[in-house]
Amino acid sequence: MTFSLKKKSPRTEQAGALKLEKCSATRIVGAPVPRKEGVDKLLGRARYVDDMEREGMWHGATVRSSIPRGFIRSITFDRRVDWTEFAVVTAADIPGENCIQLIVADQPCLADGKVNHCEEAILLLAHPDKHKLREAVGAVRIENEPLPPIFTIEESERQDQVVWGVDNLLKSFLLEKGDVDSVWAGAAHIVEGEYRTGAQEHLYIENQGMIAEYSANDGVTVWGSLQCPYYVFKALRPVFDLPDEKVRVIQTETGGAFGGKEDFPSVLACHAALLAMKSGHPVKMVYDRMEDLAATTKRHPSRVRHRTALDRDGKLLAIEIDLATNGGAYATLSSTVLSRAVLHSTGPYLCPNVRVRAASWATNLVPYGAFRGFGAPQAIFAMERHMDEIAAALGIDPVELRRRNFLHTGDTNATEQEMREPVILDQLLDHALKESNYHAKRAQFARENPSGPIKRGLGLAAFYHGSGFTGSGEVYLNSQAGVDVTPEGKVRVLVSNTEFGQGTNTVLTQVAAEALRVDYSDVMMAAPDTGVVPNSGPTVASRTSMVVGRIIERACAQLLALLREHAGLGASYTQQEFLAACDRYRAEHGEVLSLCRYEAPPGIIWDDQKYHGEAYGAYAWAVYVAQVAVDTVTYSAEVEDFWAVQEVGRVIHPVMAAGQVEGGIAQGIGYALYEKVVWQDGRMANNQMTNYIMPTAEDVPPIHVHFEEIPFRYGGFGAKGIGELPHDGPAPAILNAIRDATGVAFNAIPLLPEDLYAGLAAAEPAEEMAAR
Amino acid sequence: MSKIESAILSKRWPAIRFSVNGNARTVKVPPMKRLLDVLREDLKLTGTKEGCGEGECGSCSVRMDGELVNSCLVPVLQAEGAKIQTVEGLTLHGELHPLQKAFLEHGGAQCGICTPGMLMASAQLLDQNSHPGMTQIREALAGNLCRCTGFIRIFESVAATIAPEMAGHATESTLEQTPHAR
Repeated sequence: MTFSLKKKSPRTEQAGALKLEKCSATRIVGAPVPRKEGVDKLLGRARYVDDMEREGMWHGATVRSSIPRGFIRSITFDRRVDWTEFAVVTAADIPGENCIQLIVADQPCLADGKVNHCEEAILLLAHPDKHKLREAVGAVRIENEPLPPIFTIEESERQDQVVWGVDNLLKSFLLEKGDVDSVWAGAAHIVEGEYRTGAQEHLYIENQGMIAEYSANDGVTVWGSLQCPYYVFKALRPVFDLPDEKVRVIQTETGGAFGGKEDFPSVLACHAALLAMKSGHPVKMVYDRMEDLAATTKRHPSRVRHRTALDRDGKLLAIEIDLATNGGAYATLSSTVLSRAVLHSTGPYLCPNVRVRAASWATNLVPYGAFRGFGAPQAIFAMERHMDEIAAALGIDPVELRRRNFLHTGDTNATEQEMREPVILDQLLDHALKESNYHAKRAQFARENPSGPIKRGLGLAAFYHGSGFTGSGEVYLNSQAGVDVTPEGKVRVLVSNTEFGQGTNTVLTQVAAEALRVDYSDVMMAAPDTGVVPNSGPTVASRTSMVVGRIIERACAQLLALLREHAGLGASYTQQEFLAACDRYRAEHGEVLSLCRYEAPPGIIWDDQKYHGEAYGAYAWAVYVAQVAVDTVTYSAEVEDFWAVQEVGRVIHPVMAAGQVEGGIAQGIGYALYEKVVWQDGRMANNQMTNYIMPTAEDVPPIHVHFEEIPFRYGGFGAKGIGELPHDGPAPAILNAIRDATGVAFNAIPLLPEDLYAGLAAAEPAEEMAAR
Repeated sequence: MSKIESAILSKRWPAIRFSVNGNARTVKVPPMKRLLDVLREDLKLTGTKEGCGEGECGSCSVRMDGELVNSCLVPVLQAEGAKIQTVEGLTLHGELHPLQKAFLEHGGAQCGICTPGMLMASAQLLDQNSHPGMTQIREALAGNLCRCTGFIRIFESVAATIAPEMAGHATESTLEQTPHAR
């Protein structure tokens, strides 16, 4: 194993004093059991959607808008193509509502008369031979009457054109704590800054794909690469005007998602199903990489302005933030992404006076959507970069500035949520400084940097990430999950939560096996099929281990109680005795099934109007340190080493948890230094893996991952969220390291060599540049 | 086009012969058809994946006459007479290949879509260099993109295949333990 298991005493005392509830020894939780579907993946026999075929299956393709905004005047079909071989679907073929149901009903399933972004779907084609589709797509001519488009936050907020609603405003929030306005006059220091983040592509290696079948009797069935079966289910129902029992959604093995398969699969499922209905055949639609990059969602770009008041000692007095995101042409999830950005915008710091104004603006770009971190990486980039600028302005060490302002147990954050669970930021910081040898290295780099072209630096970021849906979101979701025991003696976990690499299958079966005290190998996942499993909510928001894991844990306890009461199960039992009790129970009651619904931890009170109260059930906490080398000849910046120290509650699976952190950091490095979506008249110009550059095996540094564990009593076996946290920290830590290395403040990502050149050249007198 | 027409047309294609995972195969397909599509569509070997279709991501990596190739860039006519190995041919007598075992144990596979290509690239490396260092491992896998793992656990998996004690060299991870947690 790669883990050295250190015992550590200081924390033991602290945690012991807190009387944490989950102290019991576990067999399976915390053990690096084999990935549940791992062997299938390693043998190449896991079935992804493009590996599947249905009898008589046709293939589908999409005719898209070539302009960002305008009216569709005519659609003509080139006579050189025999269109009788094709199924053709337009908005007129939609039996129900022409709308993709999500939060706001603004996005058409197929454009009807007007387009609002490039690549908007206008028309669908299906044919038995997929190799005939490319030519056919090119043979459909769309005549447009263009309207002037807008692409930037500034163009949208100025209302250069009104492209959405009455004012382009997709959503706004105002969060207020204390009285910001009373502080400025008496403050010792006021520091302002503006920070920007770019779009980011998920770049899951498996492109979006879906297979659909339709029959008048059975309705619609889809199989696809997706995160949230019930989101797709809810989207299909109104488009086809079908009752629940005639819609079925089945997740296939999913080759990466990262949020990119949260909302978009609803669009693709509707398209494939419309073609299936029209053609009378099963239809498979699998995007190629260029289409996937050009036409599907990305991370929201942001602009965040900070104005901060501090006292003489560097204590935060007031934080005022103006936060704006570019939402693209339709609302999708922009409101909830903005919400999470607001709730993470002040970082893990104590500040008595806070005002955050936030707005998401509509533009004529492909709609932005969910992406790991969901607004938090944007907000945290700004806050953590700004903390280093404050430190520089005040002449305080960035470490010391953070330490003076950290939240502690019992403090309240910006929404006045009391930190009732233990907060150990100081400990995480100490650990990160020690592991990275932070102070000694900074001194060493400061000595060495003047003498050569390579400038090294260290930077850090401290942050938290709220686990689960925001505020009352989990109560509204009202998730249901549980377990059953089959006559063959297998325990099945019944959830709609999906595996897409992050470990859902393994973690939830670990939880069930642990709670029922049966073998890990005797627990399996029920098919992720809305015809089989209850709605345990979407697989998003770092909620699976904590929220759904807890429901599974309770359902298992409930099952044991049933078996004890009605089937004579003893206080301790063997696997055989457990299964025998299940058989007795089944004989009596027909099935061995235990379902539970979400129960909110006590004291969760959230005011959605005032943005006040318990924003999240729990927070995961982290301090990350990046070591960066900037080459002042080539203007490349390289992350040489990385330390990630976090507290994520109980670690259910140590290898997978580390894998989540490392993968998130690699994406965060890409976000900071490599990944730039190049827009040209509203289209993604670099929609290929050749020119949209993600970190490769030669670009990732060693990543040192450390977990502190404080079990969260309302999470599955003590778990808190982990999946999104690691994407929050790398970008600010890296840009802070670049500031340390070069003395130049870079406030926008991605930071490419040309940006470094521009910034460094502007900072240096011309003669020095020439002399070097 | 009717079924009869397409059958007649398909007879026009010359037979292309090669071996896949030790089995002789003959296909009559357009000679410029991508080896990737022949493997997946004609031979139903769907373990080989398409990620980008332009030779950037390495998901479609297979071994051909001892070389690692992106099967999306190989017209099948170039495979005439070749010996091809895909992920389906990696197991030995029904046993997981040591690389497969190591990937399973060390978290080298997450979503699994890059895994077949990553395994083939790793197998190619170990065939050419039985004791690669971490630099060689990184170089050998630089043509295979993984979006889930950040590569660290893949490096560890390959290293562990060579020598279990090398596994910690990619990075060292420690798990702080407290008595109440376990």
